[in-house]
Formats: sequence, structure tokens, C-alpha cells
Amino acid sequence: MAAPTLEVRNLRTHFFTRAGVVRAVDDVSFTVERGKVLGLVGESGSGKTVTGFSVIGLVDPPGRIVGGQILFQGRDLAKATEAEMRDLRGNRIAMIFQDPMMTLNPVLRIDTQMIETVLAHKKVSHEQARQRARDTLGMVGIPSPDERLKSYPHQFSGGMRQRVAIAIALLHEPDLIVADEPTTALDVTIQGQILAEVQKLAQTTGTSLIWITHDLSVVAGLADDIAVMYAGRVVEHGAVSDVLDRPLHPYTAGLIGSVPSRNKRGEPLRQIPGMTPSLLSLPPGCAFRSRCPRAAEACLAEPEINEILPGREVRCFRPLTETAEQAA
Amino acid sequence: MAVYLVRRLMQALLVVLAMSIIVFVGVYAIGDPVEILISPDADQLERERAIRALGLDLPLWQQYLVFLTNALQGDLGRSFVFNEPALKLILQRMPATLELAFGAMFLSILIGLPLGLYAGLRPNSAASKTIMAGSILGFSLPTFWVGLMLIMVFAVQLGWLPSTGRGETCSVLGFIGLQPCSAGLQWSWLTGDGLAHMVMPAINLALFKISLVIRLTRAGVRETMLMDYVKFARAKGLSASRVTFVHVFKNILIPVVTVVGLELGSTIAFSVVTESVFAWPGMGKLIIDSINVLDRPVIVAYLMIIVMMFITINLVVDLTYSLLDPRVRLENKGT
Ligand SMILES: Nc1ncnc2c1ncn2[C@@H]1O[C@H](COP(=O)(O)OP(=O)(O)O)[C@@H](O)[C@H]1O
Ligand code: SF4
Ligand SMILES: [Mg+2]
Repeated sequence: MAAPTLEVRNLRTHFFTRAGVVRAVDDVSFTVERGKVLGLVGESGSGKTVTGFSVIGLVDPPGRIVGGQILFQGRDLAKATEAEMRDLRGNRIAMIFQDPMMTLNPVLRIDTQMIETVLAHKKVSHEQARQRARDTLGMVGIPSPDERLKSYPHQFSGGMRQRVAIAIALLHEPDLIVADEPTTALDVTIQGQILAEVQKLAQTTGTSLIWITHDLSVVAGLADDIAVMYAGRVVEHGAVSDVLDRPLHPYTAGLIGSVPSRNKRGEPLRQIPGMTPSLLSLPPGCAFRSRCPRAAEACLAEPEINEILPGREVRCFRPLTETAEQAA
Repeated sequence: MAVYLVRRLMQALLVVLAMSIIVFVGVYAIGDPVEILISPDADQLERERAIRALGLDLPLWQQYLVFLTNALQGDLGRSFVFNEPALKLILQRMPATLELAFGAMFLSILIGLPLGLYAGLRPNSAASKTIMAGSILGFSLPTFWVGLMLIMVFAVQLGWLPSTGRGETCSVLGFIGLQPCSAGLQWSWLTGDGLAHMVMPAINLALFKISLVIRLTRAGVRETMLMDYVKFARAKGLSASRVTFVHVFKNILIPVVTVVGLELGSTIAFSVVTESVFAWPGMGKLIIDSINVLDRPVIVAYLMIIVMMFITINLVVDLTYSLLDPRVRLENKGT
């Protein structure tokens, strides 16, 4: 079996703020196989975006990767130099951001923003770069790409802008795309179209995807594997069918319970009772303890993530397995 | 675009008309020039003759109509003092003020933009903190005091630079050899001696603006660096210099150009202090002298020219703005 596209091991990214150290990402591990889609799920503030920026090497001060490995095709990006990262960014690893209204530079034409990306990584003529830009725009379903190249971002709708951002991510047929809630800001129909399209494109190009979302129903139809994050940690990791059909972590179960219906994609998540704890002052023990229906004495200690069933990793002392059920 | 320009010009005409009334009435209200202009020993007959000659016997609205009719023919009245057309007097002084103002603006961009950029990109470095402290000084030191200090140090103590006047001047046509230097509008920056005379007043006038540009640029850089589109540009693998000089720079240019452009008007209008300190024979000095003797036609003409200049500058700034920012569509914009 070929090496996975990405293997993140015990990643820790902290922000050293005046108020204290924010452990935004604290022991995150997951694997993305070649051509597969990993859904990275969790409530807002659980550290998904920071994980994505860590992978692409764009964590800005006061943040810093303080531990762990980011093995991209076997090579540790946590140790790569800025110049090496720049070669990879937009080329082998691309990222799509959450808010398409903010992603494109308002004062530069689309062609400028696309061509510069081509030229940053390939020694081709300006004309060849433009052709590549035009072809890619066509590929993501933008009509009359030749004309649209000459437009400015404000002349596009939100959905169209996100398509442009996706096209930019696809320019160099990367091995990995980190898509940070790329459809959250869009309305439901557009969401569906873009999801379908990205899935198709990833399949045809063999690109691996990390699809970040707080919407479990999006992941259900798209991802192969899923990693559920809570308070900067991965609490459950496994194949998407396994995890969604039979969640082992109480938090995952809560998330699934709060989805009104699998068919109603895009509806806001009903909240699990309680609040996400502040990452500045996490109490010792399991971070989910204060909201967990299964919390017990044992949970005052810090749970480790373990493979408790084949292919099922969970960070919990009292997971929802049958054996645990009997023990409880 | 054409529609927009026509509409702007109509608006400008209305503004000029309204301003002409305000200026005329305002200047009329500030005092009676007769007291100053006519010698106190003149007898009643002489006084009346003089008043009639100056047109001061007519009621205010008639004086205004006379002024307006003449103004439409390009005649803004004759100076009571110099007995020359007011317009000509002002235009003669205009190059001196303009070159000082543009010189100051040029300096403020040349110095302020790079310093502000640096301070924005490396906010915590010692150099940035020094730059920012310097800009506070630039804001708060009074212009006349800085001017006097410059003269004390560089003219009196060190003797490097001349302290007053415009030095040698030349006309543009003279400079390129088509005419004698003395024909046409006279500029100092076309001669070495003139440039030497310009250095200190231009720096004096620029000091405030340099500080302004530094702070604007720094604030713009800091704000823009946090934008998603800058992070996205980095995520595309662009070099740091491309991100800074294309993605960030093009965005901060918008507020900087706007403010510097609008500042140009007030620089021209209020260069009075610098012109007085350095005995720079520009419009500012002329207007101060004219106010002292209530030389109404000159004051009115000066104010009208300033009004038109502001209108022109605003229009040019708006046009530049629309060039820099594709989101601004001139057709949809009001004044
Ligand atoms: N620049 C920063 N400075 C301080 N804390 C930050 C910074 N960026 C993110 N964080 C913290 O990291 C945590 C995770 O944020 P994020 O990854 O954006 O969450 P998510 O994408 O899952 O909603 C949040 O608690 C946030 O406060
Ligand atoms: S460790 Fe305890 S508190 Fe944490 S999720 Fe498991 S059962 Fe709940
Ligand atoms: Mg996020």
C-alpha cells in the first residue's frame, strides 16, 4: 500500500496570547489516504481551522506549532522551511477558505489572481498561464470563462466566487486540498452543486481532501473517513459509515442526535446542551466532562485516544460500546 | 462616465456660485476698506470721488452683480492697493505656492509611504517604534517653530541652505531653451539655486503630511495583513514580496491617495505660515497682506480661486479613486 497523502501525528498548535496560552490544537492525529476525503468535524472553536492552517504552514504569531508531525507524502512539514512550504502551497497543497466574499483580493482582476498562482509554481509563458486559468474556470462550471477572467471579484456572486477559489486551488492539480467550510456561507442549492462538483473533481484528479465542516450531514455524503474534534483534540476517528452509524464517543453521539434529519442538508446544528469550554482555562480531565451524559469519576483524569475496535479510535473512558454499556 | 462628469461640473458650478455669494457678503461684512485706503486728511469731496471710483457707493447686491458680470468675463476686479487685476496678482504668486505644496506632497509620499510600510510590516521592531514616535512629533510640533528651527540650524549655524526667498527662477519654456528664462510663469524647482531655496520650506510644509502618510500607511498595512485575501494569497504560494507589494500595497493605496489628494487643497490654502516664516512670495503671503489692508478684490479673487481648486482636486481624487478601486462605479456615486 502506498504511503498516505497526509499523516498528522500528535499535532499541537498553541497561541501565546497576553491572556495566556490558547491550546487551539492539542494532540490531533489523523490520516488522509490518497484520493480519499477526510471530514474534519466539530463545533465552532474546536480548532478545525487552526488544524488546516497548521497543515499548510500558515499559522501566524502569536500562534506556533509546538509539537507533533505533519507527514505529507512521508515528509515532515512541521520541520520544513518557509521556502519549502511556499513551493508546496498552492502547488501540492491548496486551501479553500470559508468566506468566498473575503477570499479574493477586491482590487485585482480574476485573471491576475489566477495567473500569478500559475506563474508562482510553473515556468510557463503568461499566455499559457492564462489558458490554464481559463480551462480551470471552465472546469468548475463558470460560463464564458474568457470574459469572466477580466472581471473583478465584486462582479461575481458568492457561489461564483467560491468556484473561482476552487479553480485557483485546482490550478496545479494538488495532491491535497484543505477545504475549510467552503459551503457554509452559501445557500443550500449552491452548496449541493459545489459539493457534487468538488467530489467529482477530486475523484478524477486523485486529489485527497480534508473537508472541514460543522455540518455532519455534509460529511455523510462526501467523506470516506471522519475525525471529530472537541476543544482542540480529536475525540473520535474512523470510517465515516462506522462513526455515523454507531458513534463511540458521547460527543459524536450528541452531534448526530442534534442533526434534525440527514436529508435536510445545511440546517443549523441544534446545540448540545452546555457551552464549548474556553481553551484558555480547560479544567483537568476530559474536556467534554461538563456536558457529557456519561461522565463519571474516571473522567477526572485525562483520556488518551485509543483504537478500541479495529479502525475505531476514541478518546473516552466510557465509550458507547456494548461492553462499556454493560459495565456502566 | 461622460454623464457623471457633466453632472459633477454642474454641481461644481452651483457650488462656485453659492460660494461667490458667501465670500462676497462675508468679505463685505469684515470692515470698510475706505477707512484704510483713503488718507484721513482727505476732504469730503475726495473721499466721495474715491468711493465712487472703487464702486463702493452702490448697494451690496449691485456690487455683487457687477462683480459677477465681470467675473464671468474673467475679471475678478482690480486690487485697491496695487491697482492691478486681482487675478493677475494671484496667478503671479501661484507657481510659488503650487511648487511648494506639490514638493511637500511629493516628499510626504516619498518618505511616508516606505516608512509606514515598514512600520506596518514589522510593528514590534525598534525601528518601527522610532518611526512612530517621530510621526507623533511631526504631528504635534508647531509648523512655525519647526520652520524657525530649520532656519536656525541649517541657514544660520551651518550655513548649508538659504533661509528666505525663492532664489533663482525660470519658466518651463525657458528651461527647455525655447524662451528666455524670465518669460512666462516662474518656477524655483527648475534651477539649482531655486531648489536649494525650496528644500527647507518644502520639508517644513511636508512634516505634518509625512506623519499623516506614515500613520495611514501603517494602519492600512496592519489592517490589510489580517484580511482573508492576504492569507489566501499566501496560501497560493506567492512570494512575500508579491503579497506585500501587489496584494497589500494596492489596497492601502486607496485611502492614502484619497487623503493625500484632499490634503493638497488645504496645503495650498494654508501654506500661509510656512510662506511667512521663509518669506516665500506665494499666495499665502499675498492674502495675509491683502487682509491687513482689506484689499477686497484680492481677497475675494483668492477665495474664489481656492474654492475652484478644492472642487478640481476633489474631482481628480474621485477619478483616481475609481481607477484604484474597481468597486467604485462613478455613475452610482453622489458628490
Ligand atoms: N490568532 C489567534 N489568537 C488567539 N487564539 C486564536 C487565534 N486563532 C484561533 N484561536 C483560537 O483557536 C481556537 C480554535 O479556533 P478555530 O480553529 O478557528 O476553530 P474552528 O475552525 O473549529 O471554528 C479558538 O478558541 C480560537 O479562539
Ligand atoms: S471520558 Fe467521560 S466525560 Fe469524557 S466523553 Fe468519555 S464518558 Fe464523557
Ligand atoms: Mg473555522
